[in-house]
Amino acid sequence: MNYAGDVAALLRKDLLLELRAKETLPAMAIFVLAALTVFHFALPSGSSDLAADGLLWIAILFTALLGLSRAFVAEREQGVLDGLVMSPCDRSAIWLAKSLSALTFLVLVEAIALPAFSVFFAPVSLTTVAAVALADVGLCTVGTLLAAMAVASRTRELLLPLLFLPLALPIVVGGVGASVTANGGRYLGFLLVYDLVFAIICWASFEYVVAE
Amino acid sequence: MSSRNSWLSLALMAAAIALVAFYAPEDANQGLSQKIFYFHVPIALTAYACFGWGAWKALRYLWRREEHYDLESYVAIHLGVIFGAMTLLTGSIWAKISWGVWWTWSSNQLVLFLVLFLFYSTYFMLRFSVEDGPMRANLSAVYALFGVVLIPISFLAIRLANDFIHPTVFTSAGPQMSGSMFATFCVCLAAFLALAASFYGIELAGKRLDAKLRELRELLSP
Amino acid sequence: MIHARGLSRRFGRKRVLDGVDLDLPESGFLLVTGPNGSGKTTLLRLCAGLLVPTGGSLEIAADRGEIGFLGHDPLVYRGLTALENLELYGRLYRVPERRERSGMLLERFGLWEVRNDRVASYSRGMIQRLSLCRALLHEPRLLLLDEPFNALDTAGAELLQRELAERRGATVVATHDPDRVSRLATARLAFA
Repeated sequence: MNYAGDVAALLRKDLLLELRAKETLPAMAIFVLAALTVFHFALPSGSSDLAADGLLWIAILFTALLGLSRAFVAEREQGVLDGLVMSPCDRSAIWLAKSLSALTFLVLVEAIALPAFSVFFAPVSLTTVAAVALADVGLCTVGTLLAAMAVASRTRELLLPLLFLPLALPIVVGGVGASVTANGGRYLGFLLVYDLVFAIICWASFEYVVAE
Repeated sequence: MSSRNSWLSLALMAAAIALVAFYAPEDANQGLSQKIFYFHVPIALTAYACFGWGAWKALRYLWRREEHYDLESYVAIHLGVIFGAMTLLTGSIWAKISWGVWWTWSSNQLVLFLVLFLFYSTYFMLRFSVEDGPMRANLSAVYALFGVVLIPISFLAIRLANDFIHPTVFTSAGPQMSGSMFATFCVCLAAFLALAASFYGIELAGKRLDAKLRELRELLSP
Repeated sequence: MIHARGLSRRFGRKRVLDGVDLDLPESGFLLVTGPNGSGKTTLLRLCAGLLVPTGGSLEIAADRGEIGFLGHDPLVYRGLTALENLELYGRLYRVPERRERSGMLLERFGLWEVRNDRVASYSRGMIQRLSLCRALLHEPRLLLLDEPFNALDTAGAELLQRELAERRGATVVATHDPDRVSRLATARLAFA
């Protein structure tokens, strides 16, 4: 099927570029570890474990933001986005491939971050891991579209966090809720709803973000 | 058309103020300050209406690609942000009068408005950082649609968050309304919606005039 | 192939194209001349579908997959090799036997030796030649070239001239060095 083939080709391209450049992934990994270290100093003694759980989500949020700000950098620097947009492939395939590559990077970094968190602070529950997985999907699908918007603007790096944070707020609520409350299932359900709703709207509207 | 609108909204607003001042009963617990409710909630609902209208125009733009939809969407959202700011202001005043604090996280409505206010403020940052043209209209329209989807999802999130954010100290349940209260409320709501519609018409006309002037100036210059 | 009436495009307050009328038949060759900033690039980007008109009408009798475009940016990934770039575009443009076609084009434009080197290591002239390969990969019915001779060395320029002479299909070339292709032109458009 053409669509799947396009997505696969574009995803392969992104992973190949990162494999060679080795810029984004190491930066994200070091960032998240540095953030966790800073959190240790930001938590006065007597803070509960729950506060640390909350901070985990801050770390994930900003690590995702770091990765997303790099999402379209190759396309932007060489104007390649025009080349992709002019081709007969569906524009939403560009979004899907880019989201999947962002998701891949984020998951790889979390494979380091979550164990580190367990060691630095407190063990991470299964519910938390599930919440992280669901949250990643939401962060990457919405974040990729917003990153494309930011690329079209004059203020790029400045604009992406502004665009991103209000939309990421429900994800943080879902994630923290799943981590700290006893009945985490509700929050996982909420994250699922978020993912579905925003994935559909991103898929449908990406066309208008990259082409006039 | 717009001057008749303006007179209508002025009349409605006068009626609303009169009703609030003289007709609506005083609340047993909160006294006179409770009457801010008659302004705070209608303003909030009007802001929602503006954002919804803006999203509708945005959808029309993406569908039809006619420039005027982009302008209409922008004006509606602009008004929505103004009413949103008024919501936060009146809510804050109400909180101060009722409970002695300028802000409370326990009011779901207020927190939701804060999130939306931030979101739609970013709408303007987005618009100002992209050159006028089809791409700016596209991005604005998509963003406006995201906003309207965000409203229910944020509301749900804030409700859920109450489980693990500290329990509410102040109850902020909307008052149960008696007949006279409901009537006053409806008039106030109608008044603010009419006001918003008037402002919308005026601002739109003003912007269209600006655009025409610019066109003329271009035609006349060599 | 191209039918434009009153075509206009503004950027913010500035009107870059104003009321352009244009008719280009299926195998026509349009030469667009004019100084920098006169609207040549804008016209080509409109024809490529990267921009939409803000006034007037523009009809292109070709789908997205039938248009080849060479602009100011080479539109190739610096981190990939020439072959990998063409493989990607070949896939996106559904080019049949894309591997063979890529190889053939790379050879024709003298890039066969460096086909497995990353584009980051190429000279400007080599990048431009690769970009031409990319634009020609899918045998476009409409070829749009914006200042193609700018970054090309003499050998590359001769290769391009030969390619254009042999070409079947509509072509639009914008250049402020028209002598190279003026004998091929069936129509001209001069911007002030």
